[in-house]
Amino acid sequence: MNNIGRNSFDIGYMDTLAGGDSYLHRLDPRAKLITAFLFIVAVVSFGRYAVFALIPFLVYPAVMISLGGLPYGYLLKKVLVVSPFAIVIGIFNPLMDREIVMQIGGIGISGGWISFASILLRFVLTVSAALIVIALTGFNTVCLALTKLGVPRPFVVQLMFFYRYLFVLTDEAERMVRARSLRTFDAGAMRFKTFVPLIGHLLLRTLDRAERIYLAMRCRGFDGRIPMIRSLRIHFREVAFVTGWAVLFTVLRCYNIPLLLGSLVTEAFR
Amino acid sequence: MHMADALISPAVGGTMWTATAGLIAYSARKVKAAADDRAVPLMGVLGAFIFAAQMINFSIPATGSSGHLGGGMILAILLGPYAAFLVMASVLVVQALFFADGGLLALGCNIFNLGFFPCFLAYPLIYKKIAGGAPTQRSVMAGSLIAAIAALQLGAFGVALETVFSGISDLPFRTFVLLMQPIHLAIGVVEGLVTAAVVTFVWKARPEILNAAEGFGRIGSVDMKKVLWGLAAVAVIAGGALSWFASSNPDGLEWAMFKTSGKEELESRDGVHATAAVVQERTALLPDYGFRKSEAAPGADAGQPWPAVDPGTSVSGLVGGALTLLLAVLIGLGLRRRKSAA
Repeated sequence: MNNIGRNSFDIGYMDTLAGGDSYLHRLDPRAKLITAFLFIVAVVSFGRYAVFALIPFLVYPAVMISLGGLPYGYLLKKVLVVSPFAIVIGIFNPLMDREIVMQIGGIGISGGWISFASILLRFVLTVSAALIVIALTGFNTVCLALTKLGVPRPFVVQLMFFYRYLFVLTDEAERMVRARSLRTFDAGAMRFKTFVPLIGHLLLRTLDRAERIYLAMRCRGFDGRIPMIRSLRIHFREVAFVTGWAVLFTVLRCYNIPLLLGSLVTEAFR
Repeated sequence: MHMADALISPAVGGTMWTATAGLIAYSARKVKAAADDRAVPLMGVLGAFIFAAQMINFSIPATGSSGHLGGGMILAILLGPYAAFLVMASVLVVQALFFADGGLLALGCNIFNLGFFPCFLAYPLIYKKIAGGAPTQRSVMAGSLIAAIAALQLGAFGVALETVFSGISDLPFRTFVLLMQPIHLAIGVVEGLVTAAVVTFVWKARPEILNAAEGFGRIGSVDMKKVLWGLAAVAVIAGGALSWFASSNPDGLEWAMFKTSGKEELESRDGVHATAAVVQERTALLPDYGFRKSEAAPGADAGQPWPAVDPGTSVSGLVGGALTLLLAVLIGLGLRRRKSAA
């Protein structure tokens, strides 16, 4: 399976996970979205040298993954292979900021390394939070939640259409790339001269497809709206879920638990 | 060049979210007002096309690197700015959710950098001026090339500004800009060439498509004045609403202030600032990092020692950190075991 196939497989797998059935899966998607957002805001609101204070926040992904029955290994791998922009930019911190701020057994650690560690930790936390939402909810349900949260309908319809045809077009692109590589002895990457007509034809096919979909929709009486049958309700458990996490995040934001715990332990041994 | 959650502060993320939400609402209204049912499937499928096309790479000779289609510019050419902006936003939403490219809070920044600049600035101000009216092969080529380069330069500059205002990265603004702009000049040239080549290919094969896109231009003409006024309003409102948030959490701003005024903090230490300072000192293991900078300037060993050098604090931090990590893992494993037992 080449790169393209793997990508669409990945997306499909996330939706398979979302088809699971657990307390968290059944929760109203709005509650999950809002909680994830609160979590991310809490995490990124720390100062840039916060490392230890961020560690307790790992409890959120740990609990969500466990209760939702999601595969730890798969999500971890996804976090690791994700776009390295943050890491590329972060690695400059140890170079720019070399002042020693911490001593551990005679080894000095500079401020830059601490802020780099902070960036990595933020990265893991925020990325896993986003992935967990989708793996527990599924894209179409997220779209439903967005409508309920007041996102303009044309945009939600666009999201749903885009998502629906994403698989179709990645398959189409994969077929074209495979067909090319089967017909060439040059196994390497494509040249510009081949690339342009290939993409161009993909675009022409796409436009034709749009026309066919449009005609099919007209035949079925489509008026630009996608009716959704499932209705959403906010129950007590949704309120409890959001409030519970919000309280925990606030506590973790205001008190440095690891430091308190650590001084307790080191005091005990002194 | 996706901006990442790990690099931004809540104030920057929130401001960009507000601006982007405003643009999405405005574009959605425009698209709806055009009332063209045909646009609905077309936009959806073209978004999927961009997504699929981004996965196909071609090799750039003599450099060992590869290029692919970017998206924003070709969408604007095919759909006009409003629809293109919505499509680009939807692509980025899916990338943020499924591939965690960027992240949820940085989504506002990303949609703005990769959507606003090509659709609302480069397309109407550059492409339309060069290739609008009666397009020829040369004008389409030049228009898309220059517009794509300009859009990417602006986008990269946006990334640099957002990163520096957030203050999580240590890179100084100048270095960052000097790093980002040339890289994105190269990327821009590649994207411009690809966009131009694909657009001319389609134009040669089926000229009516681009002409139809021109006709589609009922929703294509941008009222720049309105957009800019709207954005200014959003900026003011967001700035006002978020300034409380920003000052209760002075990380980014404090740093920016230090950079610009040379002072670690402005003198006023009353009200919100005072409580903010208390909160800050209580929460941060390495409190008031601004000190370190101002200390470093006159001479590394002058001035009072930086608080966190105290080895006791470091040790208890490490011990506590390890313990909390262990606890988090244990909680996760415990819940899982209970679940599988149940």
